[in-house]
This record gives sequence, structure tokens and C-alpha cells, in this order.
Amino acid sequence: MSVSELFEEARTGLKSLFVGLGITGKAFCQPQVTVIYPKEEVDNLSTFRGHVELVGKEDDPSVPRCVACGACVKACPSDCLTILCPVPAKEGQEDAPVVMGPAPQKGSKTPGAVIVDFSLCSLCGQCAKTCPVDSLRFSDNPYMVALDRKEFRIDLMARLKRQAEEE
Amino acid sequence: MSPDLLSFDHPLTRLVVGLLCVFAFVGLNGLVLVWVERKVAGHVQLRPGPLHVGPYGLLQPIVDAVKLVGKQLAMPAGADKYLYWAAPLLAFAPVTVCFLPLPFDPDLAPMRLNIGLVLILAFSGLGVLSLILAGWGSNNKWGLLGAARAVAQSVAYEVPLLLAVMSVAITAGSLDLYEITGKQGGWPWQWYGVQNPLAFFIFLVCAVAETNRAPFDLPEAESELTAGFHTEYSGMGFGLFFLAEYANMIVVSGVAAALFLGGWQGPFMSGILWFLVKVYAILLLMIWMRWTYPRVRFDQLLNLSWKWLTPLAIIDLALVVIIKGIGG
Ligand code: SF4
Ligand code: SF4
Repeated sequence: MSVSELFEEARTGLKSLFVGLGITGKAFCQPQVTVIYPKEEVDNLSTFRGHVELVGKEDDPSVPRCVACGACVKACPSDCLTILCPVPAKEGQEDAPVVMGPAPQKGSKTPGAVIVDFSLCSLCGQCAKTCPVDSLRFSDNPYMVALDRKEFRIDLMARLKRQAEEE
Repeated sequence: MSPDLLSFDHPLTRLVVGLLCVFAFVGLNGLVLVWVERKVAGHVQLRPGPLHVGPYGLLQPIVDAVKLVGKQLAMPAGADKYLYWAAPLLAFAPVTVCFLPLPFDPDLAPMRLNIGLVLILAFSGLGVLSLILAGWGSNNKWGLLGAARAVAQSVAYEVPLLLAVMSVAITAGSLDLYEITGKQGGWPWQWYGVQNPLAFFIFLVCAVAETNRAPFDLPEAESELTAGFHTEYSGMGFGLFFLAEYANMIVVSGVAAALFLGGWQGPFMSGILWFLVKVYAILLLMIWMRWTYPRVRFDQLLNLSWKWLTPLAIIDLALVVIIKGIGG
């Protein structure tokens, strides 16, 4: 390294030190952004990533847009989604009890049950991204408490119905 | 006839009273600085810092101290008992001596010594010994590595530090901090720090390194060495190292204020207030730097000292000597 390069390096290095002090000095004067949780709460939860939930159809919000294609189940790296849909009855057995099978099922266009196990979910968003009909999104439910891991298995169909009724 | 032992003129009485005041000053400042440090850290990172204990978290350092005192003092198996326990005491004791020659006010200099500067430099060098003892005595690899780093760092930065101090001592023609302060005036352009900014800069960098503050906190380096030389210390053993660090910071800031910023002298109302303002300004700068810079690598640390600071300090000293020689 030549002498001029050495001095140039020292000059830029020294300058970076003052730039750094400037940045932290500015941050020092800015208002804090941390919220002291139990005393204050944030009201803007639109960017919050809670567990996934279903999106209802426009004409009937209690029915999900989901077409039971099973793409989300395949995309999920953590194996937390379960989508069951009714297995079409065989000919001559139309009045037998409905049997549920894993999605997709030939001919079935509606899911019978959508269950997410939030205790496994890594909130990666793969499911919502894969869904061809945009039927999945993140909920903004930050207050999830439970005593048992089983309680984090959330029935999304029931949840969608509840939400539709509340509106 | 020597003065009465109980009168304030007796050197021993002055020493004892001075030491007691210094202990109180160090303890109080330790508490304040811990709080300031945490608040500054918080605000730099856009969070509030301590908040819940007392108004604005003011009682937090006291609670911390109580917690530290309450903890069990443990010693690792196979450690050298005497060295292990001597280290924290040795870290703290010499620092208090360093306060004695500091001139706080024209009427408040606990001990006026014509070699005050030498005394401070000598005793602050003892601080490194405590780090070595702590690292060696702990019977712990990280401790030992921390100690080794402390030695290399201290040796590297003592040289430019001494050179920078020497250039001021030569300018003032004295080693007495009281006299050096007196030779400067109240206005900034009468300060040695403004007349000789290079020496001031070198002194500041070395001061941060000598007090083992970030970005030069390699002897403890918690990300590589867990806690370096004080890995094994719990409770007040650790507390004393911690307090010593703050006491050291106050000493170097005090020395910097006296040598480079005109000490107690101000444009108006000269007195202890100005001294404390200057000391706290430097302390704040050190805290600010700690929360800005990442820790340097060890070769960078040594390079900075040997390749830049030492030659610069020698050039500065030579210039000072030449100017002094021409000026008579
Ligand atoms: S967010 Fe990721 S982990 Fe969670 S359900 Fe969707 S795909 Fe699975
Ligand atoms: S990807 Fe969408 S449409 Fe397909 S099963 Fe999942 S939620 Fe339903």
C-alpha cells in the first residue's frame, strides 16, 4: 500500500467515525418508538403478522374463496395446514355419510375444514403467496394466550363464520 | 513545629479527608454514570431505557447495586485465591489515589503535588495489573486471553498517551495539574486543547483505550471472550471492576479537562462548576462513542496505536519543543 493510499484510508476512516457519531446523535434526539406494552398499546395492527386466516367471498363472507386445491398445504414448510374436503360419493351411495379426505379431491371445489396449527407456523407467508385465489392472509390478532399447545390448532372455517356474523 | 494532626493543615488529615471525599464522589458518580449510560444507550436505540424504578428510572442504579451486593461471591475451583480476590480491590484502590492531584477548583485540590501528572500516570498503570491478576487468577481460558489483550493494549496506548501529555507539560513547563490549569485562560482559544488539538485528539483516543471502553473494550469483549478478564467474577467482585471503570473514566476526563480545557477556568465565574461541566462533557462523549462504534479487531487496535498515534504524538512533541525553544 502506497503512502498516499494509507493517508486516504485514514482520512475516510476518520470521516466515517464522525458520520457515525452524527447518526447516533440524531437518533438520540428522535422520539423513542418502543411502546411500554402493558401501559400503552399500539392501535395500528395492519402490518402485524398473526396466524393465517381465510378470506371470505365478496357476495358471501362466511364462505371462503378457497377452491381446495391443496397448494398451500404443499407449500407450507412447517406442515401446519390441514385442508380436508368431502370425498365425492360413489354412484349409488349418494345418501351415505360424507367422508372427508385430504385436499385436493377430484371434483371437490369447497373445503370441508381448514385447520392451521399455529404452534408450528413460522409465519413465512408461503401459503398466502402460493394460493391461486388469494384465500389466505395474515390475521392481526396479537393477543394469543393458551395453556395448552392443542389450543393453537385453529379451525379457520369456524373463525371465518364468526367474523362474518360479527360484521 | 509541625501542624496539629487534627488541624486541616496537617498533610495526613488532608489526605484522609480528601480520600473520603473521593470515595463519596466516585460512588455517587458511579451511580449517576450507570444511569446516564443506560439512558443514552436507550435513546440512541430509540427506546426509553430504564423507566420503572423511580421517576425516569433514577433509582435503577441503586437497585442494581443492591442486587450486586446481594449475590454470592463465588470463586472457580483451582483459582489462585489471593490473586483472584486481590484483583478487584487492586482495580479500584489506585483509581481513588488518582483523584487526589486533580484540581477541582482554585481552592479545592485535595493534594497539590509538583509531580501530580506523574502520580496519575503511574497509578493508572496499576489498573492493568489488576486485569492481569484477574485473568491469571481465574483459572479460565477466556480470563487469561482477556488479560493478555489488556497488557498488549495498555502497553500500546500508554506510549502515545504519555507523549501527548508530555507535550502539554512542556508547553506549561510544569507537571503540577494545578499549575497547568492556571497557565490556561477562561476562553477556549487560551486552552491547550485548542492550541494543540492533535495532542488533545491523541489523548482522547488513548484515554478511551486505557479505560477499556468500547470500541476498545477488547479485554472483556463479551462476544468473543464471554466477559474476558472478569468472566469468573460475581456480585461485588464484578461490581468493583465496573465501578473502577467508571472511576477511571472520571479520572481521565478530569485530567483531560485540566490539561486541555482549562480546568476550572471559564469565561465568567471560574470555579468547580466549569470543571464539572467539562468533565461531564467528555464523559458524555465517551458514552456516545461507546454506543456508536463497533468493537475494533485486535490487529486494528495495535495498528492504530503503533502506526498512527505514536508517530503523530512524536511529531507533535517535536513541534512543541521547537516552538517552545524559539519562543524561549
Ligand atoms: S405462514 Fe408458512 S409456516 Fe405458516 S402456515 Fe403458512 S406456509 Fe405454513
Ligand atoms: S392454496 Fe388457497 S385455494 Fe388452494 S387450498 Fe390453500 S387456501 Fe384453498
